[in-house]
Amino acid sequence: MAATMTQENGLRKAFPLLLPAYAWLTLAIFLPLSAMVYFSLLTSMSPSEQSSSLTLENYAAFFSDPLYVTLLLRSLRLGLVVTLICILVGFPAAYVLAKIFKGRAREAIFLLVILPFWSNSLVRVFSWSMVLREGGILDTALNSILPFEVTFDLMYSYPAVVIGLVHSYLPYMVLTCYLSLQAIDDALIEAARSLGASRLTTLRRVVAPLALPGVLAGSALIFIPVVGSFMEPRILGGRGGTLYGTVIEDQFTAVYNWPLGAALSFILLAVVLVILLVSAPVLRKTA
Amino acid sequence: MARVEVRNVSLTFGAHKAVDDVSISFEDGGFYALLGPSGSGKTTLLRMIAGFEFPDEGSIHIGGEAVESVPVNKRRIGMVFQNYALFPNMSVAGNVAFGLQVRGEKGETVRRDVADALELVQLGHLADRRPHQLSGGQRQRVALARAIVTKPRVLLLDEPLSALDKALRTDMQVELKRIQREVGVTTIFVTHDQDEALSISDRIGILNNGRIVQEGAPEEIYDRPKSEFAATFLGDANIFAGTFDGTRLRLQNGEAIDLPSDARPANGDLRLAIRPERVRLVPSAALAESGSSQSSSHLAGTITRRMFSGSQSTYLVESGGQEYKAIVMRGNAGELEVGTPVAMQWDRSDLIVL
Ligand SMILES: Nc1ncnc2c1ncn2[C@@H]1O[C@H](COP(=O)(O)OP(=O)(O)OP(=O)(O)O)[C@@H](O)[C@H]1O
Ligand SMILES: [Mg+2]
Repeated sequence: MAATMTQENGLRKAFPLLLPAYAWLTLAIFLPLSAMVYFSLLTSMSPSEQSSSLTLENYAAFFSDPLYVTLLLRSLRLGLVVTLICILVGFPAAYVLAKIFKGRAREAIFLLVILPFWSNSLVRVFSWSMVLREGGILDTALNSILPFEVTFDLMYSYPAVVIGLVHSYLPYMVLTCYLSLQAIDDALIEAARSLGASRLTTLRRVVAPLALPGVLAGSALIFIPVVGSFMEPRILGGRGGTLYGTVIEDQFTAVYNWPLGAALSFILLAVVLVILLVSAPVLRKTA
Repeated sequence: MARVEVRNVSLTFGAHKAVDDVSISFEDGGFYALLGPSGSGKTTLLRMIAGFEFPDEGSIHIGGEAVESVPVNKRRIGMVFQNYALFPNMSVAGNVAFGLQVRGEKGETVRRDVADALELVQLGHLADRRPHQLSGGQRQRVALARAIVTKPRVLLLDEPLSALDKALRTDMQVELKRIQREVGVTTIFVTHDQDEALSISDRIGILNNGRIVQEGAPEEIYDRPKSEFAATFLGDANIFAGTFDGTRLRLQNGEAIDLPSDARPANGDLRLAIRPERVRLVPSAALAESGSSQSSSHLAGTITRRMFSGSQSTYLVESGGQEYKAIVMRGNAGELEVGTPVAMQWDRSDLIVL
C-alpha cells in the first residue's frame, strides 16, 4: 500500500520531466502510425480514385499468398542469424573494451567500434559491395596473397547481406554489452577467481549472467530492424535478397500499393511484439 | 593452513615503487595485521600474495610452495574484499557454494559444507536471501563464509570492516577473531585503523612507502617502536629531538633530558619518544611546595588545551615552543585548567630511544 502510494507520488513528480519526451513520441510515432493504420485499411490510395473504402483485404492478402509467410520466416531467420553473430562478435569485443583495455587504448578502440555509426548507411553498404564483388577488394587481396587462383564472389548472396547487416548493427551490441559489462565490479571477477574459478568459469557463471541485460537490449535493438531491413538485402543480396522488408518497400516505392505495404508492416510489428512478449518471461527467468 | 613467506618482493607501477623489497613471514595459523597509511602498499602486497599482481622481484611461498607465477585460482587462498563482492545473481547459499562447485564438489557435500559455513558465521537462517537483501554486517559474514568454506591455505582480508559503523565493527572484530580461531587458518588482515590492528591480531606488520617498517607482536611494537614513524603511527607519541652529549639529551631550546639507564646510544643527533599516557602532569605550584624534582625527569610548560573524553582527559602542554600531549585518567584529582603552569614528569624507563 505504502509502496504504491510513493510510486504514484513519484510519478506525479516525474510528470513534468516526462512530458517533453511523451509529447515528442506522440508527434513522431503515434500520429504517423495511426495514419498508417488508416492506410492499411483502405482499398486503394491513388489520388485519382476517390472511391476508396475501408476493408480488411490487405491483411487477408498476407494469409492468402504463402509467399509472404515464407518471406517473413526468411526475414526472421536472417534477424536471428545477424543477432547471434553480433552477440558472438560484439560481446567479446565489449568485454575486452570494458575489462581489459584501460585509458587511451580503450578510447581508440571505442572510436573504431563507433565509426560505422558516423558514416552514411548507404555509403557503408556500397563500400561493402566494392569489397565483396568478384574482382573487388577482397577478391584481389586474397589472390595477391594466395599462391593459387580463387574466384571470390560473395556479392549478391545471402552471406553478403549478413555481412552488411552485421557491420551496420554490431555497434549496438558492443555498446549495450559494454555498458552492462562496465557496471560489473571488478572485485566480483576477482572474487570468483580467488575462489578457484578459471577465467572461462568466471565468464560463464558471473560475468555473462550479469551482462545478460545488455546482451538482451542489444539483441532487441538489432533483431527488430534487421527483420524489417530492405536496403542491405536489396543492394548486397541481389535476386536472393528478396525478403519481407524489401517486399514492403516495393509496395511503397515501386508498386505504390501503400495500403498493402502498411498492412504487411503491421503484421511484422505484431509478429515481433509477440516474439518479444513470449521470450520476455523466459529470459527473465534465466537472468 | 600454511605458512606464508614473502622474500625480497618488489613491485613497481610505472615509476612508482608500490612495494619495495619486502620480506615478512606469516606463521601457520597466525593472525596478522598489515597496517600503514594510505598508499603505503598494503593492498598491493596482499594482492601479490593472492595472485592478482605478480612481483617484479622476489619470491612468495605458501606452505613451502613457490607461488609467484601460480595464477590466483590455483593458489587455494580465500579473500574477503572491502565491498564484500558478493555475486548479486546468486543467493547467499549460492555464493558460499560457488567455490565448492568450481572445484567439482557435488550435491550432498556442497550442501553440507555450505550449511556448516553459514552456521559458523551464524547466518544459517538467511541461506535463501539475495545479497541485496542483507545488512552490511550480514554481507560481511557471507563473504567470510564464502572465503573459508573451501578450506583455503591462507585467508586474506583487505579492510573488510571499513564499511561498517563503529559498534558493528567492534562486534565483527570479535566475531572474525572467533572464527579464525575455530578454523585455524593463517590470516592476513589489511587495515589502516591502528586500534583494529592492535585489538585483533597476534602480530602486526607496519608498512610505510612500500617498506616494512617494523614487524612484531602488538605489545612489542607499542612498547618498543624502532622508528618515529612506528611510534607515531601505532598509538600516539611525544618526540624529543636533540643531540646526545654523552650523558643527556639536549633539546634545541636548551632543556636536557635523562636517558633510560640502559640506553647506550652514540653521541650526536638523537630522538626519544614517550607515550602520552606515561606523562604525568604536576602543577608547578605543588611541585615547588614539595620541592622534589630529582626523582624523575621533567619539563616545565603551560597547559594550552584540554580534551575531555569520558574516562580520561588529554592535555596539550606547550614547552619551549613545542607541543606535547599527556593523557590523564580521571580519578579523584581535580582537572587542570588551561593556562596552568605544570611540570611534565615521567619515569626514565618509559622513554623509548628511536
Ligand atoms: N594498478 C596500479 N597502477 C598504478 N599504481 C598503483 C596501482 N595500484 C596501486 N598503485 C599505487 O601503489 C601505491 C600503493 O597502493 P596500495 O593500494 O597498495 O596502497 P594501500 O596501502 O592499500 O592504501 P589504502 O590504505 O589507501 O588502501 C599507491 O601509491 C598507489 O597509487
Ligand atoms: Mg588498500
